[in-house]
Amino acid sequence: MSEIDEGLRKELQRQGVWVTSMQELYNWGRKNSIWPLQFGLACCAIEMIATAASRYDIARFGGEVFRPSPRQADLMIVAGTVTKKMAPQIVRLYNQMPDPKYVISMGACAISGGPFKEGYNVLKGIDRYIPVDVYIPGCPPRPEALLHAFMELQRKIDSQKLTGENRAEHLDPAEPSEFPVPSFGEHDLEPPANRDVFQPPKIERT
Amino acid sequence: MTPNPYVFIVIFVGVALVFPLIPLALAWLWRRLFQPPKPGAQKNAIYECGVESIGEAQIQFRSQYYLYAIIFLIFDVEAIFLVPFAVAFTGLPIGAFVAILVFLLLLIEGLVWAWGKGCLNWAR
Repeated sequence: MSEIDEGLRKELQRQGVWVTSMQELYNWGRKNSIWPLQFGLACCAIEMIATAASRYDIARFGGEVFRPSPRQADLMIVAGTVTKKMAPQIVRLYNQMPDPKYVISMGACAISGGPFKEGYNVLKGIDRYIPVDVYIPGCPPRPEALLHAFMELQRKIDSQKLTGENRAEHLDPAEPSEFPVPSFGEHDLEPPANRDVFQPPKIERT
Repeated sequence: MTPNPYVFIVIFVGVALVFPLIPLALAWLWRRLFQPPKPGAQKNAIYECGVESIGEAQIQFRSQYYLYAIIFLIFDVEAIFLVPFAVAFTGLPIGAFVAILVFLLLLIEGLVWAWGKGCLNWAR
């Protein structure tokens, strides 16, 4: 399917014939109906609510159906400070979401602990336990930033392959769908991080 | 000839059965063909709020809650019946008036009983 000439495709479209592949159709449907999980942790959640409300209106991108159950959700927006008390529940909720599932790490706290990084009870980044697809900096990020992250996620979904070596994680039987839930240890969560489960991408500065 | 009037009900029931069954069958087919099969212990767990479930769902309520039921009946259900009674008050025949008074008397009796039992005292 990918062998079709781009010019021929444009020409066919001009004549009212739309040629597409199963992969493009599948990804087009998925990226335009991302259902987020309805849960907020801190002040970033206020911005998330504003994004869902009429002024910013995430419904324009197909993401307005906030689901209260992880069984019906595609996307987890980790909106706010993740305390160590809350971290096991978040990992468990993520495990209960059906594949394919995505995570947006919203705000400085969800990325690294943010202003509370030195705090004794704050998790220093949700990517210690679950894989994150899009990071949004900001404290809190504005609704436009969340919309931008949403569009980035749509771009990522659109580029995912259904077959072959580099196919999407949810279609690869070797990739795990559940991640170990940390438990409360004597001083910290056990384990403090699952570095072998997920490595956040390295930023290359030039 | 005119068809049996119940034919339409039969058609209606048939449509009402087929229309929900088509999407259910499509969802089942989609699950069989395309679902990435990745079950897990937590994914198949019963409860879904992030916390592990504790204990049994088949629990009994204590019978002492009957007091709440009686007080609810006196103060809430009485108000529901009193409003239409007050609206229709001038046009009521004597029999209906006596009937509603008996009903009120029963409720007031319950109030007096609850008061005498000390249920209305603020627990300190």
